[in-house]
This record gives sequence, structure tokens and C-alpha cells, in this order.
Amino acid sequence: MAETGATAHTNPLRWLVVAIPYLWLFLFFAAPFFIIFKISLSDTAIAMPPYTPTFEGFGAIGDFFSQLDFENYGFLGEDPLYIDAYLSSLRIALISTLLLLLVGYPMALAMARAQASIRPTLMMMVILPFWTSFLIRVYAWIGILKPEGLLTLLFQTIGLMGPDDQVTIFRTDYAVFIGIVYSYLPFMVLPLYAALEKMDGTLLEAASDLGCPPWKAFWKITFPLSLPGVIAGALICFIPITGEFVIPDLLGGAETLMIGKTLWTEFFGNRDWPLASAVAVLLLLALVVPIVIFQNQQQKVG
Amino acid sequence: MAKSLGPVKRKFSPWTDPGAVPFIRFENITKRYGDFVAVNNLTLDIYEREFFSLLGPSGCGKTTLMRMLAGFEEPSEGRILLQGKDMSGVPPYRRPTNMMFQSYALFPHMTVEKNIAFGLQQDGLSKPDIAARVEEMLKLVKLESFARRKPAQLSGGQRQRVALARSLAKRPKVLLLDEPLGALDRKLREETQFELMDIQHTLGLTFLIVTHDQEEAMTVSDRIAVMDKGVIMQVATPAEIYEAPNSRYVADFIGDINILECAVTGNAGDCLRDGHPPVVRLVSNGLDIAVEQECPVTAGDKVGFAMRPEKVRISLDKPADTTVNTAHGEVWDIGYLGDFSIFLVKLEDGRILRAAQANVSRLVDRPITFGDSVWLTWPLDAGLVLTR
Repeated sequence: MAETGATAHTNPLRWLVVAIPYLWLFLFFAAPFFIIFKISLSDTAIAMPPYTPTFEGFGAIGDFFSQLDFENYGFLGEDPLYIDAYLSSLRIALISTLLLLLVGYPMALAMARAQASIRPTLMMMVILPFWTSFLIRVYAWIGILKPEGLLTLLFQTIGLMGPDDQVTIFRTDYAVFIGIVYSYLPFMVLPLYAALEKMDGTLLEAASDLGCPPWKAFWKITFPLSLPGVIAGALICFIPITGEFVIPDLLGGAETLMIGKTLWTEFFGNRDWPLASAVAVLLLLALVVPIVIFQNQQQKVG
Repeated sequence: MAKSLGPVKRKFSPWTDPGAVPFIRFENITKRYGDFVAVNNLTLDIYEREFFSLLGPSGCGKTTLMRMLAGFEEPSEGRILLQGKDMSGVPPYRRPTNMMFQSYALFPHMTVEKNIAFGLQQDGLSKPDIAARVEEMLKLVKLESFARRKPAQLSGGQRQRVALARSLAKRPKVLLLDEPLGALDRKLREETQFELMDIQHTLGLTFLIVTHDQEEAMTVSDRIAVMDKGVIMQVATPAEIYEAPNSRYVADFIGDINILECAVTGNAGDCLRDGHPPVVRLVSNGLDIAVEQECPVTAGDKVGFAMRPEKVRISLDKPADTTVNTAHGEVWDIGYLGDFSIFLVKLEDGRILRAAQANVSRLVDRPITFGDSVWLTWPLDAGLVLTR
């Protein structure tokens, strides 16, 4: 081991391999983040770009820094709209993630326990929706959920509803949950499947042999062993759902408050780039916590 | 690891007692998977406190038989009785059997003590009782200091001990062991075999072991069932299986053996030695053979003559009487095994006979070597006539 370590140190290719991901992260994560962070410390201006100060060279750098302040963050704290939007986003993301687990776990378990020969087909069926544009699929839900949509038609046809009644799901939080659960389901199912599929079936036989009935064995053996998959799936869904913009915008109502939508309005509706940037920075910080938990968990498993 | 010698192995043979009630009874068991018959109309009795081995090549149905007893599979036909109780439809978690799995099947997310406690918790034992039993089991398998380790932090031998402790913790009426020592190196395997016998003896349990390793089966078992293609070929004690196999299959499967195809020339039923069985005369391509054996054959029958290599004497000198139980050939190959040397002797007709000789003196150069012209001789009770 020591020998290979020594040769690896002297090998410049090794440094190149290590440097590429760091370079990538610097260019496409760190640098944009610092730009956003800088904008969040600026003030709005009717100009191009719509904020001040802008970087005017190193000569005026002192003046440049003196104009930066945390005013926007203070404003976010004062206006309950932003705090409400954050909390509402976290609430929607949390409920959606739980719903996804509830729907996705049985699916993943059924896939993992299916005959090996039909597993690829089942996997294909989970991935298949990705072949259609995400936007088109969300629009399709409008067609289903809207008051005069397919769901109303179905309920009226089978007699669950009178001819004058209509479903009132569209433009409510329920529609948002349906849209989110539908769209994110593969992201939940695949990590769960990966965790469940590699589980050794004889463990359940051993549990049964030791006197543990199947339903109990699920909670004592299967679920704990799939926990890395549960955590991976939950975080992969929870993090982007928190910042979700398209689904609440298309399916949600006026009262559906999500930080992604608020951010969009600040950027494009109000053209208040500094405030929008502050919202974005706080959103990122709010999500760093679950990411760190995720990383820790992954390392523990590894 | 300190070896406890335990009590002296007792004389134990309930199967010879016609009044004995079997503890486990496989009754006309057939198991089919589609068209494939894994177990074919098999009947077998196993007695209480017996150490019983199912021995056979992979795919012979031995594991299927054990899994049916554990309850993981249901027989297609027939029934299994445990202490006289029909086990049909009883799920594994309600059977008084415990199994030690070939892969050990330790729960990777639990520590050693939690693994051992698992079965006890299912029985709803109190916490102090569980703790006491776990400690007792850890002591039994000498893993006291590893209680808080996870299976991944243990060596193969230690894992195997945890698996054994876990399957013993509930004091099952029958312990099933599926190729239990397969993953261990030879020395550890031998040690563990003796420990298993000790444990079985101390706890007074019935052990059923599935193995393809004949040496293992010979060492540990009270009785062995040799299986092939879903049927039992022979059930007998290790010594009987080795010395008196009932078929070419069993003879060939257990140990090293010479089998010569012969024709019966005479079965006069006359005894050459008082108190010994009558002698059967055979001829195998010009080789005259006499065997002391009571066996229902008549002249002209085609039979097999089986003889263990260690019962063949090899010599450079021509024996006085070369008319019967004698073969001449040259040493074609020698296998030096340390304690024994195996000589492969090529007869004049090209057939190979194997003779083993204990290396009783400390010599590097043995007197008999490659190409030597040698004589093989064997007594009347060395071999066996096989009609199957």
C-alpha cells in the first residue's frame, strides 16, 4: 500500500484527476454562489444590471466594499411573507417526502422481490415517464385535475358525482402534492430499490427461523437495512422539492406559498435582484443542513 | 482456543432398537419444482439426541430436505413428523427447529449480542433472562469479548461461531446446520467439528447437518444418509458406510476406493475360516478374487468388487501363492500424503489399482518407486461384493 501511495504522489495524472471535480465545483458552484452572495449584499438600481455597486476595477475597491450591506437579509426577517414562504416550502417538502416514501417504498419492495427476469421491465416502467418532458407531464395533470377535467368526467361517468358537481383539487395544495409525488416518485423509488435489491433474502429466512413473523421481520430487518436508501431517497426528493417552482406555479393556487415561486417573482416580477439573491442564499443555507446529514450518513454506510 | 474434552462419547444406537420412537420422521416425502424432482418419495427416521448427516453432491436434494424440515419449503407429497406432530402448514417461525445457515445470515445492522438475543426476544423472554442466555451462549462459543462488535468486524471463523450461538440460543429441539463449516480453513474446521460434537453432547440436542464434505460427515455423525438424485442410497453409521457400502455409488462417494467389475464364478457358501462368512469367488478379467461375504449372488452374475486402498498390501517380492487375491503390475504414479503414500499400480491389462501404505518410518526415499514391478495382495475380508 505504501508503495502505491508513493508512486501515486509523484504521478501528475493523479493530481489532474483530483483537480477536475474541484475545478468543476469552483466554476459551477463556488463562483456563481459568490456572485449571487455579492448581489444579495447590493442595492437595487434602475440600471443594467439592476443593482449597485458593480465591480469597477481594483482602484475603487474600498468604495465598492463600503456600499455592500446586509440590508436585504434584514428585510427578509421583517417581512413575514418570506418567513412564511420558507416554512410553507419546508412543510410542503416534508409532507411530499413522507407521501413519496409511503407510495415509493411498497413499489421498490415489490420490484426488489419480483422475479429477477421481470425486474428490468419494472425498472423501465419507473423510468419511462422521463422520456416525456417534465413540463408536458405537469400540464397533463392540469387536464386531469381541472374542474371540467378528466377526473370530474370519470367521477360523473361512474356515478360518484352528479352532472353539475366538479372536483376542486386544481389550484389547491392537494394538486401540488399530487404533482410533486408524481414527478419525484422515480427519485424515491430508485435509491430504495437499490438498497432493497442488494439485501440478502436469507436474512428474512433466518428471522423467520428464529420465531419472527414476516410483518415483524419487515420492521426489524428489512426496514433498518434499507435505511440508507430511505435517507438517500428522502434527501434527493426533499431538497429540490423545497426549491420547487414549476409544480406550485402550474398546479397550486394563490395561497400555495413556496419559496421558489417567491424567488421567481422577486427576480422577474419585481426585478429586485439583490433581494431575490438574499432569498436564494438563505434557501441554500437552509438546505445545507440536510445535505450535510446525507453526506454523514453516506460516509457511515461506506 | 482451549479444547474441552467433555464426556466420553457414549455408545448410542437407538435405530437398532425396534421399540424406539423416531424424533423426526420424513414420511414418503416428494418435492417437485416444475418437472424437476428434487426429493423422490423419501422416508427417513432420525432419533432424539442423534447427530445425523445428510451427505451428497450438490443438487442431490439434501438441502431441500432440510429446508422442508425448517419450514421454508412445503413437501409436494408426504409429511414430516416432529415428535409425532405433523408439521404440514406450520410456518418456520412456529417450528421448534433452528437453523445455522450456510452464509451464516447474521443481521449486519445488529451487534453480536443483539444477533444472539434476536430469537429470544421473539419468545418474549424477560430482559435479564435474555442477557443471561446471551452471556451463556457467548461463553459457549468463546466470543465473550466480541459482544458489541458488528458482524462485519469479525473474522469468518468468529462469524460462524456467532451463527452457531444464535441458532443454539433458543435451545431448539432440532438444530439444522447447512454446510456449517464450508467457509473455514481445514484446521479451524477440524477444531470446530469436535466442538460441535461437544456442544451437541453437552446440550443433548438433535443435530441434522447437511454437507458435501464426507470427512466432516464421518467425523461428527452418529449416522449418515448418503443421498443421490433425491433418494437416499444408504443410511448407516460412518463405519458401516465406509466399510460396508451397499452400492457402487456410496462406495465411490465415500473415501478412496478401487472398484473392479467382475463376474461371479462361484458362491458355494463354504466357509474357509470358522466363524467367518462364506466365500464368494469372482473373476475380473483374469484376476481371481475370493471374498468373505454373505451375499445372494449366483455364478454368472455381474457384480462390482470394491476394496479400500489401505487394505491392499504392496510389495516388491512375489508372494508364495499367486492364484487368488493377487495382482501384478508396475508403479505408475505415487501420491505422497505425508502420513500415507498412495501407489497407483498399472496392471498388465492397463487397469489401475490403488494401494495405500502408511509411512511408518522416517525415510525420504521410499523403497518402492516409479516403474517398479510390484505385487498387490489382499486378504479375504479386505473387499466387498457390490450388487448395485
